Amino acid sequence: MAPSIESQFRTCAVTGLKVHLPAQRLILANAVAAVVFLLVGGILALLIGLTRWPAVQLLPADLYYRFVTAHGINMLVFWIVFFEVAGLYFGGAVLLNARLVQPGLAWIAFILMVAGALLTDWIVFAGKADVMFTAYVPMKADPLFYLGIILFAVGAIVAVSLFFATIIVAKAEGRTSGSVPLVTFGLLTAAIIALFTLLAGAITFIPTFFWSLGWIPTFDPGVYRVLFWAFGHPAQQVNLAAMVSVWYALTALTVGATPINEKLSRTAFVLYILFINLGSMHHLLVDPGLSSPNRIFNTSYFMYLAVLGSMIHAFSIPAGVEVAQRAKGYTRGLFEWLKKAPWGDPGFSAAALSFVIFGFLGGTSGVIIGTMQPNINVHNTLRVPGHFHATVVAGTTLAFMGLTYYVIPLIARREIVGKAWAKYQPYIYAMGIILMILGMNFSGMLGIPRRTWDISYAGAPLAVKFPESVYTTLGLVGIGAAIAVLGLLIFVGIAVASLLFGKKRA
Amino acid sequence: MSLKVPERVWWKPLGWQEKVWVTVSLVWCLVLFLMMPLWMAVGKQNNPTETYRVSPARFLETASALIEKYKVGEEKGIPIIRPPRGSDVYLVARMWQWNPILELKKGETYRLHVSSLDLQHGLSIQPLNMNFQVLPGYDYVLTLTPTQAGEYSVICNEYCLIGHHNMTGKIIVRE
Repeated sequence: MAPSIESQFRTCAVTGLKVHLPAQRLILANAVAAVVFLLVGGILALLIGLTRWPAVQLLPADLYYRFVTAHGINMLVFWIVFFEVAGLYFGGAVLLNARLVQPGLAWIAFILMVAGALLTDWIVFAGKADVMFTAYVPMKADPLFYLGIILFAVGAIVAVSLFFATIIVAKAEGRTSGSVPLVTFGLLTAAIIALFTLLAGAITFIPTFFWSLGWIPTFDPGVYRVLFWAFGHPAQQVNLAAMVSVWYALTALTVGATPINEKLSRTAFVLYILFINLGSMHHLLVDPGLSSPNRIFNTSYFMYLAVLGSMIHAFSIPAGVEVAQRAKGYTRGLFEWLKKAPWGDPGFSAAALSFVIFGFLGGTSGVIIGTMQPNINVHNTLRVPGHFHATVVAGTTLAFMGLTYYVIPLIARREIVGKAWAKYQPYIYAMGIILMILGMNFSGMLGIPRRTWDISYAGAPLAVKFPESVYTTLGLVGIGAAIAVLGLLIFVGIAVASLLFGKKRA
Repeated sequence: MSLKVPERVWWKPLGWQEKVWVTVSLVWCLVLFLMMPLWMAVGKQNNPTETYRVSPARFLETASALIEKYKVGEEKGIPIIRPPRGSDVYLVARMWQWNPILELKKGETYRLHVSSLDLQHGLSIQPLNMNFQVLPGYDYVLTLTPTQAGEYSVICNEYCLIGHHNMTGKIIVRE
């Protein structure tokens, strides 16, 4: 028995890790699926970004709403969750020199996720579910829309469970001992949050599916909102924990950074598990039916202790880079360590840009707009997408792009094609996103609603007039989106070309 | 290294820089948290909580009776009502209109009831940029005192199908 299992491993020439080949194939399959959905979401992003730019207003109204629906689901769910499953198999099996348990079941999970994603996309593009990512009842989509999401979620629950089992088996078989590496620990917190997030998703979408079939007569819209956001917001916190883990991984791979205090970094991850699920209340601060103490307690993640977790990482990660750089002799002045960092390595620049934009634009804007009283001036304006594009696009997506530049040589064992392009890709992408985020935030401050096709209200009976400056700020949204999508297309081009034509590594 | 199993024992005391950072962060977190209950005590503008269950039919009935009673005019077929000072005022959200147009008096306090007859809607008052969620089945009571005369636009900022960008209304505040 034992020799046959050993033959399923190879030893990585760069890291010395023992890589389980069935795990390697699954990591690649999930990562490739992720990039395909990223491409779909990216093309939609360009189209809807250019529609929000009033001077262009590219799409007709029906396609705009359809594509916003598809963009949200493809990006927030399909792209990110496929990539996270790849990340979990990497952190669970590869980093522990262990085997992935039940690769067959992992393929079933993969097939379920692909089937669910294709079913949902088919229904949305066929125009049978113009309901947005949130699908607020009593707005009703075709039952197959909900079924697709449920299939995808079941697949994801299986994948997350296999990750837990892999760690347990790795310990039981003695392939790893002591504490798991920090990156695996971070991914473990992401997986724990993912599990209760997906269960909340099941509690939301299974009754909605029954309701759409007429098996349940009514579904209270207020209850739906609480349930949906118990899925919707924690889902973004899965991305947060996974992204922070990727920051630790990328700073380790690119400059050899070591966490300066394992205890502090791990405690910060535990704070995420304990408090972050409360954040669903961010969306309900101006909803009917909820008391102020309820809102304050939950929207603050219980006295902002989850935010404290992020503040700790905000210290530990750059400090780890500084210590590693100083150890290499970059000790002149206060900032030589930063100046001499490998800014031309897309793995490093992506992590650094993701870190800075997430922290200064994403995290801060989230805390501000999630404060109870100021939320009155923010709810459902463009400031909301302005916030979450800073977290989930500039933060998570950019970090995952940076990791891909290492996944391709280390897991797919192909050289990166177009290294010169890769060097500039994170900067182009980040620049576009920053412009777009600023445009969205400024527009939202001027009252511009999100998910609205025409802000001139030309077809409305009663006229609405916004200040002229919104035409500038919405122009920023369109231009920023176009630049960011250019960065995204360069990324997809490099990834696909490297996988197909990259020189094979030994 | 973050990718490797850490050396034993990694449960080590924090350096002074870390202690300072964590302390400052924690204090700031508590300040942010306490601002919310504090503002409830001293601030003039807080999130409304008063809510009742109501069926869409019942809400429409109440609103229609008041429209009939206090109607003073019409704009583009939408009734304009001038409710008594300090009274209960009803605003109906439906695909794709805010009904009626309200004419309020500056400095008076009104209880504005909002609810939806169909889908979820977003009450967005511009250019004040004040936004509230409107749900069918829930009578959400916003106690408000207009402080500045003028015309305010009402738009919908919760997507409500294809006519969403045509859903507008108006609040007029007189001296």
